[in-house]
Amino acid sequence: MATPTTAGAPDDASHVATAAPFDAAAERGLLVVLPHPDDETFSSGGTMARCADAGVPVTYLCGTYGDMGRRMGRPAFANRESLRDIRERELAEACAVLGAEARMLGLRDKCVEFEDPIEVADRVRAVIEELDPSTVIAFYPGYAVHADHDALGLIAQLAVRSLPAGRRPRLLAVAVGDQEANRAALGEPGVLSDISATVDRKIAALRAHRSQTEAMFVKWDEDAEDEQAKAFRDRLLGGEKFYLLDPHHVTDYERNRP
Amino acid sequence: MHPIDRDAVQAELDRRRDQPVYLHLETTTGSYTALGPEKKPPVIAFVRNAQVTYARGVVTGPGPYRVGLKLQEGWVYADGLTDFVVTERDELLLAGHDPDGHLTVALQVSAQPFREA
Repeated sequence: MATPTTAGAPDDASHVATAAPFDAAAERGLLVVLPHPDDETFSSGGTMARCADAGVPVTYLCGTYGDMGRRMGRPAFANRESLRDIRERELAEACAVLGAEARMLGLRDKCVEFEDPIEVADRVRAVIEELDPSTVIAFYPGYAVHADHDALGLIAQLAVRSLPAGRRPRLLAVAVGDQEANRAALGEPGVLSDISATVDRKIAALRAHRSQTEAMFVKWDEDAEDEQAKAFRDRLLGGEKFYLLDPHHVTDYERNRP
Repeated sequence: MHPIDRDAVQAELDRRRDQPVYLHLETTTGSYTALGPEKKPPVIAFVRNAQVTYARGVVTGPGPYRVGLKLQEGWVYADGLTDFVVTERDELLLAGHDPDGHLTVALQVSAQPFREA
């Protein structure tokens, strides 16, 4: 239930505020629903590997092929037309590293928000019904920076919402971008996943997404003292944090959609 | 892709003129500019698989290069192009890349539609 952490907290603070560790052994199945190849590794790769290690089936339902990305490798080895297949292969490799099965929704990159959300949510719900996961990970609608992230975050929330109460997995939402602003709006993330045992595989999966991460790794190697890069790296590899999102909570993003 | 060879690109543009071609035109700052130090909103636009016919197509500039396609009722224009390739499907791809290898602009023409997801 909605329990604002402080008086006057914004109405998007709908998650359970009590911090609890993510317990992989307690899971029955993990379904990650995000729009691009590499979103899974950046946001929850360590947690996916933890579940796989615990014998929990892990599935990544990926919205698009990331075919409109602008990162082409450093130096560039992909182009606009080859990027789709390259990213599909990179995703297969990353999922193999993380112990996950990859499935595709096949939407057009950058265009998720222009689809009928109910139609896509029906497809996501069918996958949830088939796999019966205990947890779904998705982006927090409105707190995910990229328009595709917000749009598929809402679609995943609608899919979970549409299931009968007894068949509903818990929904863990990922907020990205300005952490200070997110904390001001949402409070502290309630579910913390310690990824120290799987961080090496998270890094290996990041490297598998070569077209998208090569420039980042080059920057890390070139300037280990760059404060902003260091902060990002520490956050990326330090642990994964999720908001427990009430599927019935209507976010500002949902209220304001067309 | 290879650094643009103006003569080679000009020959490829000439080869495709006066016939309907599918166009992919794009420019992008990337979706994450708001997270950068300048906190700028992203600026992105693309058109994919619009059909056009050009009577005249020219590549100019010292590099980065510009391309203009003169249509019967309008123009197609791109600046900042650095690299090109002709794919196995005989698509002419022109793109601009920044020093990190990120695509900044693309202009592509092909007799066949470009692949959809």
